[in-house]
Amino acid sequence: MTRITVNVDGTSYTDDVEPRTLLVHYLREQLGKTGTVVGCDTSNCGACTVHLDGRSVKSCSVLAVQADGHEVTTIEGLATNGELHPVQRAFHENHGLQCGFCTPGMIMQSIDLLAENPDPTDDEVRLGLEGNMCRCTGYQNIVKSVRAAAGGAK
Amino acid sequence: MTVPTRAPDRLSSPISAGVGESAVRPDGTLKVTGEFAYSSDLWMDGMLWGATLRSPHAYARIVHLDTTRALAATGVFAVLTHEDVPGRNAYGLEHKDQPVLASDVVRYQGEPVAIVAADHPQTARRAVALIDVEYDLLDPVVDPSTALDEATPRLHPDGNLVRHVRIRKGNDAVQADVVVTADYEVGMQDQAFLGPESGLAVPAEDGSVDLFVATQWLHVDRGQIAPALGLDEDQVRITLSGVGGAFGAREDLSMQVHACMLALRTRRPVKVVYSREESFFGHVHRHPARMHYEHGADRDGRLVYVKAEIILDGGAYASSTPAVVANAATLGSGPYAVDNVTIDSYGVYTNNPPCGAMRGFGAVQAAFGYESQMDRLAEAVGIDPVEIRVRNGLAEGGTTAAGQVIDSAAPVAELVRWVHDLPMPPPSSGDLRSMPGGVSNSTHGEGVVRGVGYGVGIKNICFSEGFDDYSTARVRLELVAGEPVASVHTSAVEVGQGLVTLLAQIARTELGVQQVTIEPADTSVGSAGSTSASRQTYVTGGAVQAVCQQVRKRLLERRPGYVGSPGDMPLRELLVDGPVEETVEWRHRPTTPLDPETGQGSPHVQLAFAAHRAVVDVDTELGLVKVVALDCAQDVGRAMNPQAVVGQIHGGSAQGLGLAVMEEIQVVDGLLRNPSFTDYLIPTILDMPPMQVEVLELADPHAPYGLRGVGEPPTISSTPAIVAAIRAATGLELTRIPVRPEHLTGT
Repeated sequence: MTRITVNVDGTSYTDDVEPRTLLVHYLREQLGKTGTVVGCDTSNCGACTVHLDGRSVKSCSVLAVQADGHEVTTIEGLATNGELHPVQRAFHENHGLQCGFCTPGMIMQSIDLLAENPDPTDDEVRLGLEGNMCRCTGYQNIVKSVRAAAGGAK
Repeated sequence: MTVPTRAPDRLSSPISAGVGESAVRPDGTLKVTGEFAYSSDLWMDGMLWGATLRSPHAYARIVHLDTTRALAATGVFAVLTHEDVPGRNAYGLEHKDQPVLASDVVRYQGEPVAIVAADHPQTARRAVALIDVEYDLLDPVVDPSTALDEATPRLHPDGNLVRHVRIRKGNDAVQADVVVTADYEVGMQDQAFLGPESGLAVPAEDGSVDLFVATQWLHVDRGQIAPALGLDEDQVRITLSGVGGAFGAREDLSMQVHACMLALRTRRPVKVVYSREESFFGHVHRHPARMHYEHGADRDGRLVYVKAEIILDGGAYASSTPAVVANAATLGSGPYAVDNVTIDSYGVYTNNPPCGAMRGFGAVQAAFGYESQMDRLAEAVGIDPVEIRVRNGLAEGGTTAAGQVIDSAAPVAELVRWVHDLPMPPPSSGDLRSMPGGVSNSTHGEGVVRGVGYGVGIKNICFSEGFDDYSTARVRLELVAGEPVASVHTSAVEVGQGLVTLLAQIARTELGVQQVTIEPADTSVGSAGSTSASRQTYVTGGAVQAVCQQVRKRLLERRPGYVGSPGDMPLRELLVDGPVEETVEWRHRPTTPLDPETGQGSPHVQLAFAAHRAVVDVDTELGLVKVVALDCAQDVGRAMNPQAVVGQIHGGSAQGLGLAVMEEIQVVDGLLRNPSFTDYLIPTILDMPPMQVEVLELADPHAPYGLRGVGEPPTISSTPAIVAAIRAATGLELTRIPVRPEHLTGT
C-alpha cells in the first residue's frame, strides 16, 4: 500500500492505495465519487474524464498514486453553491445528453477545451471532443451545448 | 425495504412545459452534476460483489465442474452452479430455452457456467479463475445458411428453426419487364450502450428479494426471474436504476437472476457490474442477415413484384428472434406499394452469439436489402434514386407486404423530396482534417471522390401480431403546501430517450398543473410494457393521458356542472377535500396475428417512415470513407417535445452510420474476436457529420395526440443512404455491410 494525499473537489483526502489502483477506481470505490463513470476499461470512451490540476485526463489512464499531491476536479465538484457551471447548464438546456452516461466526461473535456479556446467553431469543438464517445445523441446537441456555453451559439 | 445509497430519485423540474414544448429533462440536473444514480453506482454497506464464469467455447459438453478451490479462497462467500438454481433453470423472452447457468452443454462463447460472490470485485474475479471446468469440445454450428440442413446437429430439441414467416401477397408467378437480383449480407452489430450491465440485489428477511437494475421492462424481467428463483412474482420487487443507454440490449436478462441467487444464498446485498469486455458477451446483438432479393418492375420502374429470402442468425438462444423474423418479413418489401410479394424469413439457431433486440429490430436488415435493390432498379430503368422512390412510395390507403391497409399518413414520396431539397454541403475545403482518414493525413485529396445516396425506411411502432400491448399509469393529484402537485407513477423505463420529460409534459397539459413529480419506476405499479419498438411515448404516454383524464373526471364530480378547460379548473379549491388518485391500464387498438400460410393480416398498430440523404467522400486508393453529410426527414405525427424528437433522430442516424461503415462484431468459428471499444468501433464526434433534420407532423388520428413513434426509423434509413452514396462515388456493388476498406480497394 502507498499513502497518497489528493485534493478532490476541494477536499483533501489521505488514503492508502495499492500502487496499481487506477484513479477512477480510487474516486469511485474509495471516495464514493460515483459521478465519474466507467464506460469501457480501455481508455476509448472518455466517460471517466476528470481534471488533474485543471487539465483533462481520462481517469482510467492515470494511477491514483500519480495524483498524490495534486488537485482533482470531478463532475461533482463543478457546481458552486448549487449553481451549475455554465457548461453543465448548457448541456442541460440544449439537450446535450440523453442517457447521460458520457455526460460527466463530455462536460469535463468541454471545460478543458473552452479553457484553451474560449470561442471555438463547430469543427474545433469536434476536434476537441474526439476522445469522448456518445451513443445516444449523434453528437449534434453536444456541439450545440459547447457552443452555447461559449456564448457562440446563434 | 433497505434502500441503497444513491437510490433512484423522484424527478421534478422547476421549468414547466406542456405537450409540444421543448421541456428540459427532469433528470438533466442530476445527470450534469454526476448525481444521477446509474445501476453501476449503487452502494450498500456490507455488500458483496458478484462475478461470472463464462464458457470460453462456442459449443461444448461440460464433463466436470468443481468449485472447491474457488470456495476455499479467502473472501469468497458463495460459488453457485446450475445445481444451485432454486427454481426452473430456464428463461427467455419468447421461448424458455436459455439456462440461468449451463448444466450439461454450453451453446455459445460467454454462456454463464458459475457465479461467485466475494468481498471485493477482484476477489470475485480471481475466484472465478479457480473454478475447474472440463469441457468436451463439440463442432459448433456457425453457418446460418446450413443450420436447417438435415445433416446439421440439432442445438435444441425441436431443431434449429426458431421461426419461419411466409409472406404470400398477390401472385407469385407474375412476370416483369425489368428484373434485378442480388444477395446481401449484414454483419453483427452491437448496441454498445455506454453503461455496462449492472445491478444490486438485496435479500429480505422473509426470503424475498429487491433488485435494483438497469433494464427495459421490469415486469417481464420479474416474470423470468421469479420462476428461476422458485419464488412467486410478488416476492421479487424490482426498481429501475439509472440506465446508461439500452437500444435493445437490455431486453433480455443478464445479471438479474445471478445477483438475486447470490444475495439469497449469502443473505447479503450483492452487486454485479460487467466490464466492457463482459458486456459484449453479456447481451444479445443485432441479427446478422443473409438476404436474396429479386425485384420486378415495369419499364417505368413501377414495382410489379418483390421476392426475398431472409435468413437471420439468432445464435444460441431464441431471445426475441421470432418477432425480428416477423418484422423482416412484414416490412421486407419496404415503404413501397407493390401488389405481389413473396418473402420467406427465417430465424435459426447456431452456436454464434445470441441475437435479439436492437433499435430497428429486423427492419434494419431488410432495409439494406430492399433499398439497395431500389437503387439497382433505378439504374436498370434509367431514372434517378429519388424518382424511383417517389414513383413507388407508399401513401395513406396503400397496403404493406402483409396486406395491411395503412390508415394514417405514409408520406414516403414527400420525405424523399424533403431530404433531396435540403441544401447540399459545400465542396471539400481541402483541409486535410476533413478528408477521409482525417488527422492521419492519408491523402491530400488525390483519389477522393464524392457520392450522394438516398434511403427510406419503414418501421412498425408498438408490439405487433395481436400482442396484448398495454401500459399502466397511476397519477395522484394533491395539495402540497397549498399548491397542486401531480405525481406520476409508472413502471416505464427511461433509457435516455426522455420519457420522464414527456410524461410530466402530458400531466401538465391534461391536468393544468404546474408541478409534476415522476416517481421512480418499479414493480409496485402495473406493467408499462417494454421500452422498445419506439412504443413508450405512444403507450405509456397514452396511459398517462388517460389516467389524467380520469383524475379530472373525479375532480369534477366534486363540483357538478363545471364547464371549462382543464387549464382553468380551480384545482386548489377542488383538492381541499383531499387528494385524487387513479390508476389506468391503457391499450392501443388491437392488431391481428399473421395468417400462417400467407403472412397476411393487420399485424401493426402504426407504421413510421424516415428518409435520409447521405453525402460521402471516399478515398478510393485506401478505401477510407468520410460521411460529409447525413440529413434526415421524418414524420413524427406530433412532436411532443421537438428538441427530444430531433435528438432521437440524431442518435438513431449515428447508429445507422456505424452499421454502414464501421460497426461489426467479428465472429470466427463462433468466437467473438473484438469485444472492446478498441476493436469494436462506434462513431466518434469526428465520424458523425453535422445533420439537417426536417420534422413533419402529420397527425395519426388513432394515436394519443396524433404522435408517431420516433426512435427507430432514423436508424433504418441512414445505413442504406450511406452505402448508396459510397456506391455512387465508386461504382462498386457493395452488397455487404459494414463496408470495409478492402471492399472499396478490392484488395
